[in-house]
Amino acid sequence: MNEKEIEILEILEDNARIPLEVLADMVDLPVEEVEKSILSLEEQDIILNYSSVINWDKAAGKDGVVAMIDVKVTPKRDVGFDDVAERIYRFPEVKTVYLMSGAYDLSVQIEGKTMKEVAFFVSNKLSTLDSVLSTTTHFLLKKYKHDGVIFEPEQKDKRIVVSP
Amino acid sequence: MSQVQSDYVSKNAAKLKPSGIRKFFDLASQMDNVISLGVGEPDFVTPWNVCEAGYASLENGYTAYTPNAGLLNLRQEISSYLKEQFALSYSAETEIICTVGASQAIDLAFRSILDAGDEVIIVEPGFVAYSPAVTLAGGTPVPLETVEEDEFKLTPEKLKSAITERTKAVLICFPSNPTGATMTEDELKDVAKVIEDHDLLVLSDEIYAELTYDQPHYSIARIPGMRERTILISGFSKAFAMTGWRLGYVTGPEEILKVMLTIHQYTMMCAPTIAQHGALEALRNGREDLERMKRSYRQRRNFIVKSFNRMGLSCRMPGGAFYAFPSIQSTGMTSDEFAEKLLHEERVAVVPGHVFGEGGEGYVRCSYATSLESLQEAVKRIERFVDKYASN
Repeated sequence: MNEKEIEILEILEDNARIPLEVLADMVDLPVEEVEKSILSLEEQDIILNYSSVINWDKAAGKDGVVAMIDVKVTPKRDVGFDDVAERIYRFPEVKTVYLMSGAYDLSVQIEGKTMKEVAFFVSNKLSTLDSVLSTTTHFLLKKYKHDGVIFEPEQKDKRIVVSP
Repeated sequence: MSQVQSDYVSKNAAKLKPSGIRKFFDLASQMDNVISLGVGEPDFVTPWNVCEAGYASLENGYTAYTPNAGLLNLRQEISSYLKEQFALSYSAETEIICTVGASQAIDLAFRSILDAGDEVIIVEPGFVAYSPAVTLAGGTPVPLETVEEDEFKLTPEKLKSAITERTKAVLICFPSNPTGATMTEDELKDVAKVIEDHDLLVLSDEIYAELTYDQPHYSIARIPGMRERTILISGFSKAFAMTGWRLGYVTGPEEILKVMLTIHQYTMMCAPTIAQHGALEALRNGREDLERMKRSYRQRRNFIVKSFNRMGLSCRMPGGAFYAFPSIQSTGMTSDEFAEKLLHEERVAVVPGHVFGEGGEGYVRCSYATSLESLQEAVKRIERFVDKYASN
């Protein structure tokens, strides 16, 4: 991976909707080359997806709850944690699954419409998996910052308009 | 002001004219929806660890004066920083003074070296405060215009042409505000030879030293024989996004620094204590943030300079600082007209080049220390403006 590719990735990670021409200018490469570069990064599964960070609290008409669940599991011979992780991440309501060091093994994030729905998922789908030893569910109350984005930023430029 | 009152104003001080920037500030601050490319400071807020260090210094009761020259550990940190980054060697004990911004360092330097009638060659287009500082110190500023054909660099021939018997010092600032010009080691060596031959001092304002994008900064003080004739001025404002903290420093030969310290001791006492604690943290743990900001400036520079050239405003790729200095001569307007019309018609604030010296006429200074989104919108508006007047 060369320096320019890393630079392209950093810029896209920050703003996936940046016009190609602007991006090309910024990294000082011809547009065609940047286009090719991005395509190749996509093909290599380095760029997986272009998503948005949305403050759903502000979007009226869609309610939901998010829960983070600490899951303790028994790893299996040969496949370790990968097998049980896969059995968990295949559920569509599971948004993230991380293998963690420390007091528990998998950190699982669930999104549901109601607390009841999440509770149902944990008791009926997650806890019943063979390898799952225990779960601790934490409901998320408020998002302040997500993926480097502050949810209620103070946007005003505090500088004076013209200065030497 | 009444006649009586104006009689009391110092004749020397009355020579100063208000900066041309003021007019645009007044105009632009009264308008809504203005995108300002007129701001001479970073758009980043000070990195959080530096702010935390400021809070901590208050919590720990560091609210008293520091030694006149600044906290010793800060001066030690500056000394090793200058060594590591720019291969310069200055003693923390005797050759570094912390000042209230680089601006105070400029004022101190001139007051320490000038007597009535002494001339200082000021390389222009340049920062607006140099000439007034010379005048206030009783000296005579001698503007020396650099030109685009020389990439706004100082050439030895140019410098020679401005030297008289009264010349005492030359002020240079590379990377330059407003042109973004930088000078290489070889180019500086040619200039240094003239300075040495004529036995002059040089004041080198290197406030933008960290913000060079194509090659590392080289300080004139590194050239053999120049260290003893160089007063080097820098600070934390630009590189560490700490403009409001007001913290700069000056380094130079001990004999001159002694005089500067005496003036500083009587007129300022010391630089703000809290800011000194912040600066200490910036030097110790600020490199990563500095590099991140620098990367972002470089990307925005590339975008805005290429955009100007595409719309027909010829613009060199500046090597440093965060200013583009496009020529607006193709529009047939003066830089004042251009800036004023652009502000009124498209709500984009730029600074007319002549504010930085006569040689800046025909150019405008556009700061790209502004969010990429604002720059994109500004480019759209300027392009529409340029197109409109090109077809007339």
